[in-house]
Amino acid sequence: MPQEYRLILKHADQPGYTPDIACYLRHGGYEALKKAVATPGRELPDGKKQSPREVIRDEVLKSGLRGRGGAGFSAGLKWSFVDRRGGKPIYLVCNADESEPGTFKDRQILHKDPHQLLEGMIISCWANDVKLAYIYIRGEMPRGARLLNQALDEARAQGFLGKNILGSGHDLEIHVHRGAGAYICGEETGLIESLEGKRPYPRIKPPYFPAVLGLYMAPTIVNNVETLCHVRHVVQLGGAEYAKLGTPNNTGTRIVSLSGDVRNPGYFEVEVGKVTLGQLILDANFGGGVRPGRSLKAIIPGGSSSKVLKAGEKFKLRRKGADGQMTQVEVDLLDLPYDFDSLQQAGTMSGSGAVIVMDDSRSMVDAIANLSEFYAHESCGQCTPCREGALWMSKALHRMTSGGGRPEDADYLRDIAQNIQGRTICAFGEAAAWPVLSFVSKFREEFAERGKADEAARAQGLSRSGTHH
Amino acid sequence: MSNAAPNAPAPTAPPPVEKIRIKVDGREIEVPKTMPDWQGRPQPTTMLQACHLAGNEVPHYCYHEKLPVAGNCRMCLVEFGTPMMDPATRKPVLEADGSPRIARSVLPYEPQTPRGAIACATPISPGMELYPSSPATRQMREAVLESLLVNHPLDCPICDQAGECKLQEYSVEHGSGTSRFVEAKVHKPKAVDLGPRIVLDDERCILCTRCVRFTKDIAGDDALGIVNRGSYNTIATFPGRPFDNNYTLNTVDLCPVGALTSKDFRFKMRVWFLKETRSVCTSCATGCNITIGSREDTIHRYEPRGNDAVNGPWMCDQGRLNYRWIGRSDRLRDVLANGAKTTWKAAVDAVAARLAAAPSGSVAIVASARQTTEELHLIKKLADRLGAPTDSVPREGEADRLLVNADRNPNTNGARLTGISFTEAGIRLPGIADGIRAGTIRSLVVFGEDVTQHGIGADLLARLELLVASDILPNATTAAAHYVLPGCAHAEKRGTFVNAKGRVQRFLKAVEPKGDARPEAEFLRELLAGTGAGEVPATAEGLFNAMAREVPAFAGLEWAALGDAGVNVPV
Repeated sequence: MPQEYRLILKHADQPGYTPDIACYLRHGGYEALKKAVATPGRELPDGKKQSPREVIRDEVLKSGLRGRGGAGFSAGLKWSFVDRRGGKPIYLVCNADESEPGTFKDRQILHKDPHQLLEGMIISCWANDVKLAYIYIRGEMPRGARLLNQALDEARAQGFLGKNILGSGHDLEIHVHRGAGAYICGEETGLIESLEGKRPYPRIKPPYFPAVLGLYMAPTIVNNVETLCHVRHVVQLGGAEYAKLGTPNNTGTRIVSLSGDVRNPGYFEVEVGKVTLGQLILDANFGGGVRPGRSLKAIIPGGSSSKVLKAGEKFKLRRKGADGQMTQVEVDLLDLPYDFDSLQQAGTMSGSGAVIVMDDSRSMVDAIANLSEFYAHESCGQCTPCREGALWMSKALHRMTSGGGRPEDADYLRDIAQNIQGRTICAFGEAAAWPVLSFVSKFREEFAERGKADEAARAQGLSRSGTHH
Repeated sequence: MSNAAPNAPAPTAPPPVEKIRIKVDGREIEVPKTMPDWQGRPQPTTMLQACHLAGNEVPHYCYHEKLPVAGNCRMCLVEFGTPMMDPATRKPVLEADGSPRIARSVLPYEPQTPRGAIACATPISPGMELYPSSPATRQMREAVLESLLVNHPLDCPICDQAGECKLQEYSVEHGSGTSRFVEAKVHKPKAVDLGPRIVLDDERCILCTRCVRFTKDIAGDDALGIVNRGSYNTIATFPGRPFDNNYTLNTVDLCPVGALTSKDFRFKMRVWFLKETRSVCTSCATGCNITIGSREDTIHRYEPRGNDAVNGPWMCDQGRLNYRWIGRSDRLRDVLANGAKTTWKAAVDAVAARLAAAPSGSVAIVASARQTTEELHLIKKLADRLGAPTDSVPREGEADRLLVNADRNPNTNGARLTGISFTEAGIRLPGIADGIRAGTIRSLVVFGEDVTQHGIGADLLARLELLVASDILPNATTAAAHYVLPGCAHAEKRGTFVNAKGRVQRFLKAVEPKGDARPEAEFLRELLAGTGAGEVPATAEGLFNAMAREVPAFAGLEWAALGDAGVNVPV
């Protein structure tokens, strides 16, 4: 039976573990930073020379570390896009605006082990020659902001921050910036705008790729809290050793936020790809299964923006065999390895690592109406398809939940959602469209039944209005 | 039409711009690799610019060539493809016929669905193929229009923008005839008093942010922003701070829909009844190019007319609203001789006879730098005939950093170049006053100015044997005049002004003069003949061309060659 593998949360929940620097130092804290700044340069077999900073960046690339915020993009590649020749300062921003519904992993780190984040950030800043960094923390996490500021003071007092860090000659300041409570601030260019004091309207790309034209139009790295923590472990273990954790191309560990209709909701740190969705939901180590008398109906596997998966669904996955040949295997929903690539091949994503479980007591119409309301509320309204489409879908779904359904509503909703995805400034368009698209296609009969029942009731002069909740 | 005047500096050849080949709707076209951005700086050519060069106009709301790109309306989404590269060899993949294989842009997670790019912000690359007329592109446009209309009030019958509304135009061109929307519309504030000259209808607003960007990036006033979220977004000012700078009305022009309306113009006239006349603003020496909107001899609005050499697409509010005087009820309508109504013939004959009989040096002429260059030239000819000193009246105000010039006369340079005034306008006025006081100047002819406000008071006017005043509106000078000759506003005649930078710009006639008023050039022509100064042409074209032959500053210019954008002369 697979077990949790606690790398990031190794100490966080141990009795007596506190978020102060003394406790962190007792548990080996800031050793990775010391190791990083003492890294010697090296010469590669092809004769190329790497500076100490390039060595660390190379290790992060070799580690295969992928972003834990949602997109799952290679952290090392992201760093490699940074414009280091333009002469502008390079900024690093930690995205601590954890707001994807169902996700509650970064807050564990922020509240229980803030120094781990700082150590990861300081290493990342050192490796990327960053002198000024920000932590953009969600407004609804006042305690996290307070703890981070305390941690920054402590780190500064110990010489891990400020001028000439650990005698390395590197200066670094980190500031905590509290958001005001908007989901869109988690989108990296919206976050940058917000950090600049503006309304968080995501920027168009091209031309405003953060690696070139980011914060204050300077090259900027935006990484998630958990991702930055992993950098610390990549440095401590070495990239190659870190890559042995998890599975190929899906390396390391990640924290899964498990919620919904399971007996034992919570967060679990697992090696990526070593645990299946079924094990996460059913095993006693993890979710412990659905409640007695209930059966699994659907899983939202990677935060509310990811496409829903239906119980009993089967997927064709490409697998690389021992001989290096790609083969196709059919995998049941519950046997899907919880990693980036498998879920992508299943037509959805592991996103922010939030698994939301729904049992057979749940109405899919009600569930997606609830989710759609969130996206309609959180759409920033900058671009037309998302601004108008998100609210349109929410209104249509709430019409359905209050007795106004029509048989054609599944197609109606699909059409609206299809006119959003891929046509917006930022990925929020997909985030708003995908849940609706997947719900109405996979649970089409449920929408059709609701529509038909409502239509029949209206024909008889009856209304279900207000009775269905 | 050529703008090349012989005495204009020879245009320097622009540096050669590298060209790249792309295809637009299957047709190969060569386009420059870079083109001017909103500030005129060369930037990689965008899909929208490339389509324009190919003769295909990509519809857009938020994009404006003189504003920073926002990319928010999504109306300009265009399907496209790029040449496929073999990842191993880094060479283009070729079709059987040797042509490059094109990879159509698709959704990465749904490869059967085309993905468009916003043409306003996406640079083209060699070998790129743009499909602005493809079914996928058309579907994207239709979808954006549908989205824009779901919460739109569709109150076109009473909307001021009707007839010049991009929602209407694109709905005809790219929209669907029906709506699937069955939900309740979002209701937002109506008739919001945004500032002294602007009213906002939030329900009509499509949130393109043109007004926000213009106000911040062009007018330099960070006054407008967006509040609330999603569909509930509204344009807003800071609480308690009205939207009030001298350029607010440009946002009404920029607004592609009927959200921002001008308090001055709203509900006054359906725009399709307006006749449009190319003209020039008279409120300062910048000479912003304008379009006069008039119906049946009533002027209803001025709008800026694009001219990159002068005002770009903008004008100031003060200039834009400075048209009401043309229709004032107290306009001078009658020819007067000693206060009694008379005919043009009687008055002109009498004045000509008096002037012709006056000893040389006993007549002075005060002209106005609000008059046309041609009129000023005729006045100068008259003055030369009579040996009369001349000048014009300076009119100073404060300049701003955008368009407003400190010189509030539209044609100070015209007065200088024709010799009416010296380098500094008005410095001969005290001399004229002294001449009247000393009794050497006994006749005064005044055009378009109230000299009592400029050092020649009523007491001096009372000493004159002959005071002739030509003007548009009554004033103390016309009240004291022996002869009053009613003149025309610029909108009632044709002519040219020379702006502060020496740009000679012509303006055309929008409305008929009031009452018996006539264009000044007409009766100046008669005065010249009556005083023995000779014959001059009768038309604006003829007058300008004759002037260009006689006045060195305008040598080589022709009325027809001035075009709609004007020509620069050295000043």
